[in-house]
Formats: sequence, C-alpha cells, structure tokens
Amino acid sequence: MQWETVIGLEIHVQLATQSKIFSGAATRFGAAPNSQACAIDLAMPGMLPVLNTEAVRCAVLFGLGIDAEIAKRSVFDRKNYFYPDLPKGYQISQLDFPIVGRGSVQVQLPDGSEKEIGVTRAHLEEDAGKSLHEDYHGMSGIDLNRAGTPLLEIVSEPDIRNAEEAVAYLRTIHSIITYLGVSDGNMAEGSMRCDVNISLRPRGEEKLGTRTEIKNVNSFRFVEKAIAVEVARQMDILEDGGSIVQETRLYDAERNETRSMRSKEVANDYRYFPEPDLLPIEIDDAYIDALREKLPELPRQKRERFCSQYQLSAYDASVLSDSRTIADYFEAVCDACNDPKLAANWVQGELLAQLNRTESDIADSPVPASELGVLITRIADNTISGKIAKQVFESMWNGEGGVDQIIEAQGLKQVSDSGELEAMVDTVISASPDQVQQYLAADEGKRKKLLGYFVGQIMKASKGQANPKMVNELLHSKLV
Amino acid sequence: MPFHSLKDVSSGLQAGTFSSEEISADYLRQIEASNPELNAFITVTADAALIDARSADASRAAGTAGPLTGVPMAHKDIFCTSDVRTSCGSRMLDNFAPPYNATVVSKLAAAGMVSLGKTNMDEFAMGSSNETSFYGPVRNPWNTDCIPGGSSGGSAAAVAAGMIPAATGTDTGGSIRQPAALCGISGLKPTYGRVSRLGMVAFASSLDQGGPMARSAEDCALMLTAMAGFDPLDSTSTQRPDEDFTRNLEQPLQGLRVGVPGEYMNADLEPELASAMQQALTEYEKLGATLVDISLPHTELSVPAYYVIAPAEASTNLSRFDGVRYGHRCENPTDLHDLYTRSRDEGFGAEVKRRILVGTYALSAGYYDAYYRKAQQLRRLIQQDFIGAFEHVDVIIGPTTPHPAWKLGAKSDDPVAMYLEDLFTLSVNLAGLPGMSIPAGFSDGLPVGLQLIGNYFDEARLLNVAHRYQQVTDWHLRTPTSTGGEQ
Repeated sequence: MQWETVIGLEIHVQLATQSKIFSGAATRFGAAPNSQACAIDLAMPGMLPVLNTEAVRCAVLFGLGIDAEIAKRSVFDRKNYFYPDLPKGYQISQLDFPIVGRGSVQVQLPDGSEKEIGVTRAHLEEDAGKSLHEDYHGMSGIDLNRAGTPLLEIVSEPDIRNAEEAVAYLRTIHSIITYLGVSDGNMAEGSMRCDVNISLRPRGEEKLGTRTEIKNVNSFRFVEKAIAVEVARQMDILEDGGSIVQETRLYDAERNETRSMRSKEVANDYRYFPEPDLLPIEIDDAYIDALREKLPELPRQKRERFCSQYQLSAYDASVLSDSRTIADYFEAVCDACNDPKLAANWVQGELLAQLNRTESDIADSPVPASELGVLITRIADNTISGKIAKQVFESMWNGEGGVDQIIEAQGLKQVSDSGELEAMVDTVISASPDQVQQYLAADEGKRKKLLGYFVGQIMKASKGQANPKMVNELLHSKLV
Repeated sequence: MPFHSLKDVSSGLQAGTFSSEEISADYLRQIEASNPELNAFITVTADAALIDARSADASRAAGTAGPLTGVPMAHKDIFCTSDVRTSCGSRMLDNFAPPYNATVVSKLAAAGMVSLGKTNMDEFAMGSSNETSFYGPVRNPWNTDCIPGGSSGGSAAAVAAGMIPAATGTDTGGSIRQPAALCGISGLKPTYGRVSRLGMVAFASSLDQGGPMARSAEDCALMLTAMAGFDPLDSTSTQRPDEDFTRNLEQPLQGLRVGVPGEYMNADLEPELASAMQQALTEYEKLGATLVDISLPHTELSVPAYYVIAPAEASTNLSRFDGVRYGHRCENPTDLHDLYTRSRDEGFGAEVKRRILVGTYALSAGYYDAYYRKAQQLRRLIQQDFIGAFEHVDVIIGPTTPHPAWKLGAKSDDPVAMYLEDLFTLSVNLAGLPGMSIPAGFSDGLPVGLQLIGNYFDEARLLNVAHRYQQVTDWHLRTPTSTGGEQ
C-alpha cells in the first residue's frame, strides 16, 4: 500500500527575557544549580506569580511575525501533575485561550519550492526545573534554575508530509524567532525543543491515522532522523496488518530508534482549570499596533528583497537571509564594495566556511564586514587577484591586520605594469620553444588549453601577483 | 486585667499611661494565663515582641509614632512571619519557618504594631469550628465546652478573652465573620483584592482575603487602614489609592437604605438569634435608616458552589506540600511515590484530605463541566443577586450564622451539617464583596453576630454603619467575665 505521512510539530521556544515569566529570578544559562531560583520558583507557601510583561511582548511579536490572530484576552491555566522538578505541583500554561491564535508560515523546501504550514496556536507557559540522577549516590538532585523560564509553545497544523518539510518548517520558525529577537534559538542549550507528532494513513485517505508523539527532540538533524525511523517503524507495523498504539515515545540518538515512554505518564489527567492567582492578559489594539510598527523585516521578505535588489539567485538569497546577523553582515559588505555578487560569494564561501570550521558566531568574526568590503574592492580594482584575496582573507582571519595593511606588508600587490609584465612574458616564451610550436600549430580550441601553460608559468614567476587579464592580452599579442 | 480595645491601647500609649513594653508584657501574661485552657495561640513570640515593643517606645519618644505604634496584636498562623514558625494549623508545616514576611505582616509591622505570636486555626483554614487544627481545638471563651468558630478561631477567641486587643484573620467562606460572631467580637472581610494575599498560605485563591478582627468597628477601621493597599506582587490585588477607613465612622445614618434579605431572615434561625436580629434592625431604624426587603434568590446555591470551587482551588494549591523542599517529609521514603503519598498522608489531617479529594474529583476529566464549570455559573448568578440588590440599597444586613456556637464534637461527624452553618457567609466570598460581623446579642448565653454586607470597595461605609450601631449598643463591650459565661 502507498502510505502518506502526516506530521505536526509542537515547538517549545525559550523566550529571551532577563527574568522568569512569573518571578524576578534571572534566566541565564549554565548558572550553578539553584542559584537562580527564588521563593516563587521554589513554590514557598504564600508566594504568588506576577506576569513578566516582556514575555507577553515576545509572544505578541511572534504572533505578528506569522500573521496570526492575537488574542485581546488570553487566560492562564494550571496544568496539574506531581513531579519533583515542578515545585508547585502544577505548571502555569494556557489551554483554552492562548495568546496567539491561527497563523501560518511559508517554508522554502530544498528544491526551491515553497509550502505553507499552518500554525494552530502559540501559548505562554513556564518551564519546569531539572532532575539530576547522576552523582548523587543513588539519590536524585533537583535544579530549579530553569523552573519558571518563559516558554512559547508553537503548535503546527498537521500540514507536514515528510522529514524534509519538518526541518524546513523548524528552520523557518527558528529564523523568525531569532529575527524578532524573542529567543536566542540556541538548540544546544535547549532554547528550542520540539515534540513531533507522526501518523501514517493510506494515500488518498482523509481520516488521520493513530499518532505517536516523540518528545523533546533538540536538533534539526535529530528531528530528521527521528521522523525517518518512526515512519519506518509505523509502516512496518501497518504493512504487517498491525495497529499503532497512541503513545509518547523518546528518540534515542545513539541507537537511532524511538522507544515507548512508560504509558503511566501518558495517562495523566492534568485537571486544567483557570489559574486564580493571575488575571487574564488583556491587550488592546494600540499595544498590538505599536509592536507591529516595530516589526523588523522578516526572513521571507528579506529573501525576496535580496533577489530583486541584488539580483541574487533564490538559493543565495535564502542562505544569506537565514540568519539576521548574516544578512546584516552581507548587506554591510555590499555597502562597502558595491558588488553584491562578489559579496554574496565571499560571505557564503570563505566567511561561512571559516565560521563553521571554527564553530564561531558571525558576531565574533575577526573579519569585519567593512574589511571584507575593502577586500572585494581590491579585487575589482585589480590591486589583487581573487586567488591572492583568499590569502589576504586568511591573514585577516588570523588577526594580521586590515586588507591594505596585509597587501602592503606581504607585498601582494598585483603586477599591472605593462613593461614588467612584457619582460616576464618574453622570458617565458623564449624559454618554451616547444610549447610555442605546439601552440602555433594548434586549432582555436586547443590553443585555449595551451595558453594556460604560459599563464601558469608567468603566475609562478610572479608569485601569483601578475595581473591575469593583462598577461592574457600580452600572450595573445605575442604568440602569433 | 481590664479589657482594652485597640483604640484604648492606642490612646493609653499616646497619653503615656503605659508604655508598649508594659502593655505588651501585660498581654503576654494574659496569654500565658488563658492559653492553656483556650489554646488560642500556637506560637507565642514573647522575646521578639518585647524587643519590638521597646523599639516602638523609642519611636514614640522620638516623635515618629503613629496611632498603631506599640499596639500589641497577633497573626493568624496562616500569615508567613519571617523566621517564626508558620504552621497553618497543620502537621505539614509544623517545622516550617519562612524566610519572608507576608505583605500584611510587613505592613502592620511598618505601622508599629507589635506581634505577640501566632493564633490557632483550622488546618489550612479548612473548617468552621477550629477542630481540624493539628494543635488541637480552640475553646470558646464564653463557654469552653463550645467551639469558637473557624477557621480564624484562635484570633477570635484571643480577642474575646482579652489575650490580645486585635488580630489578623483570613476569610475564604466566612472564616473571619463566623468566629467573630461566635466569640462576640467584630471582624471584617474586605473586598477581594483590597488586602494583599502575598505570604498568606493559599486555601482558595479566588476567595481568600485577609482582614482585621478586634473589639469594635472602629478598631477594625484603624487596623484595616494599615493592612490594605495595592501590592504589585499580588496580581489579584486592586490598584486603588490608599484609604483612611476611619474617615466616615461618625457619619449619621439618616436616609441609609438597609437591605434585609428574606433568604437570611426567614431561614431556620435559632429563635433568640432571630429576635436579636429584629432588635438590631429596629435599632437601625431608630438611627434613621430605611429598611428595604430584598431577595438574594441564589443564596442556597452558595453552599454547593462554594464546596466545589474552594476545594478545587485548594486541591491544587496544596500540591506544593509534597515533602520535597520544605514541610513534613516521611521517614526513609523508598521511592518518589512513597515520598509523596506518605508525606502527604502523615502531614495532612482528615478535613484537608477530604477537600483535596473533592476538589481533585471536581476538576477531573469528564467531571469538570458538571461540577467546576457549573459552580462558576452559580457564582455569577450569586454575584448578580448582589449587584441587583445594591442598585436599591446601600448595605445589606442579616445574621452572620444561623446558630450560636455549638459544642465541641457536635458536628464533627457530619461535614455537611457543618458546611450548612456557612450559608450566610459563603455568598459574600463568591461575590467578592466586603462583609462584616459585629456582636448583636446573645442566644443561650452565647454571642450572636450581625452581618453587614457592603458594595465593592465600600468598606468605609460598612465600618460607619457598624460603628454607629456600636455607639448606641453595648454588645461589643460585653466580655465573657462580665456576662458570667466563663469566670
């Protein structure tokens, strides 16, 4: 049978607020255990939550970023369950009245096509703490630093049909939240985590199949792999005439498999009810409009502008607009050199390669955009060749100075003096009588290839600094 | 020792008749004398109190004293007091001393009041008789075979017995007004949102409200002025300018429209209590008020609505008491489940468990609509009753309770009979209105209370209406010894 995969994602995004959603404790990553947990986070008797309005601002910004309905009135609920890292015995979340309603995003697939993925809702909630089961001599430790960290849970429609689309959607959400600055999007630190709902149905069938939910997948790659193995698992069962059990599963990256979690945790009755310690969030049009006005250009708009303004290919525009900092860097390079095509090549080529190799962030790049602009200008004005430019870039990366400084210090300036070049050409021609004979005997097609030999010899003699265009012209005029 | 009102103590301190240290020591002696029998206090903080009293005297000498500076008081043991055990009447918190003060505690301390200790209460404020306390029942000073009411029974008994001039209480379904009525003192439950709930151990968040318990309306007004006010750390606290609640005390009642709800007056009242109510209404007419018959048709439904909503909220408010971070933890738990179940089983008493079970049930999948949602609908109807009534009247007057205090143990085996005693007080919490109970006579030698219900944030008028009555009656001046109740 032909099967169709149906996927929906629930993405938990940690909002980039200074303090927690209901307390004044800090939210910095990596602090010593329980050093960022105050009496409210510890659920001491008589403590009450106070909403951090910055979390509301982040949620509304996100909603505007995906063209969603913003609820003028949204309500917090208690989700009740006992767990040691959940101090109150309930999580404050939003059930029936989320702050962000129906919206959608356009995702770009690897083949260049676009697809719309619906977002059902996004709601505010607090994170739980962490239970630590190692290093405590058979006991468990509890770190409540993360308890009360603001989260936005973004729930997609079941519009996703394969792992590729899931990753594209995840990347789109990631770039939207980082563009808006509502989250740092750092997946390694858990700032963005994802639950994947997967079901299969016979192709053409309307009714959804029984789904499983894979909890807490925390990288793009793992999402892709988890979907692949879970789809295969479900398909095996269905092909054998079996049926899928609705359950929560875990993805084990080491074994590359999904495993059932204890069914007990699935059977929880959370006894949701409106949180009486907090008033509903009421926001008005003026508040929404003020945020809408401050909305930055979003990835998709930027991608389209890069195509039209700089005549970039869809692919280049997409790579360069994926992250706001890279896009800003690229545009700064363009401003400095006025050559968008070369700027695009250099940012995507040398720069991103170096950043990936050194696992560093563009914000920490030792080569500022203005200097990369200068470098490109030096190629365009024939001061150096493209090949020498790579050498200069390398030196800049290593902190050896600015473009002109390095060219000067290392004597990399291109030789464009016609007298000097003519002498070099003459020397090479007279030292290569056989090659000259071959060249003159050859037809137009072969001549091109043979010419390369002379160019190479001259470049070698000039340590790469000869102006290649002038060398070509000289050779053409001499080899007749 | 004579029975002082808060106002008397305040005047004496201002006149220099006695110092705060002297009067505090007097009250500490009185507590020491009466507490073995009445069990009104769980914790007495004599040393800290005398230090505070001396610093109050110093600030009086320095000329920085206010009307409450140096006046002794006590806190219901539901209010968190820094480094002082805050048990909430429960074994669960028997070992718990918070590192912070409730806003109410800070505010009264800032006004200069000297806390002598923490008063007994029904466990987690769940009860109408003070029999559910882990620390044993409080006894009614008027008749020590009787209950003092609850849940603020310790505060009520302490004030009634002259162990303290005033105390804090909390009222979720009548827990200030009912014990005030049964002990013959004055107590005010403010409008929901008037007094900060921060640091008050939560029972039912949407109903809980702290308030003053004292010998007179004037005393309550003085204390409320210091207790109330917007607290940015309590999201349900109302943002309003601070008020002086004594400002309208002396206003004449000429033209006051007093609503008399048939549902209260025609209920199954103790006959002597019913006639005390009639007498009080006559008194108000003499003061120039007009009586208006009104109807609050959904009164009866306040019992089922309350006993769904309050337990529902309580069931989750009490989830934090899990033996993990503070409070009672069972010995040698074998695993997490054992830790939870034994810690909670040992830490909570029967009534608290009953309400957690009821509340958990009411919120469960499949029952939510039938219970919790329905109860919320009733709540709105009850609120509408009052909103409608206040279009025609300025204040509503009726009994606080249908009966005076009952004998210890008389209703312990029948929780529903006990719940029905709250019939007249519950709806005020469900509507979020201010309500007050003041002494209005006796039934069987036991005090009965007159309940005054005001419109939202109309406490100043409520206190005025109560104060004018107390100027022409002396019920609030009676004491257990003077009436021959307890010798």
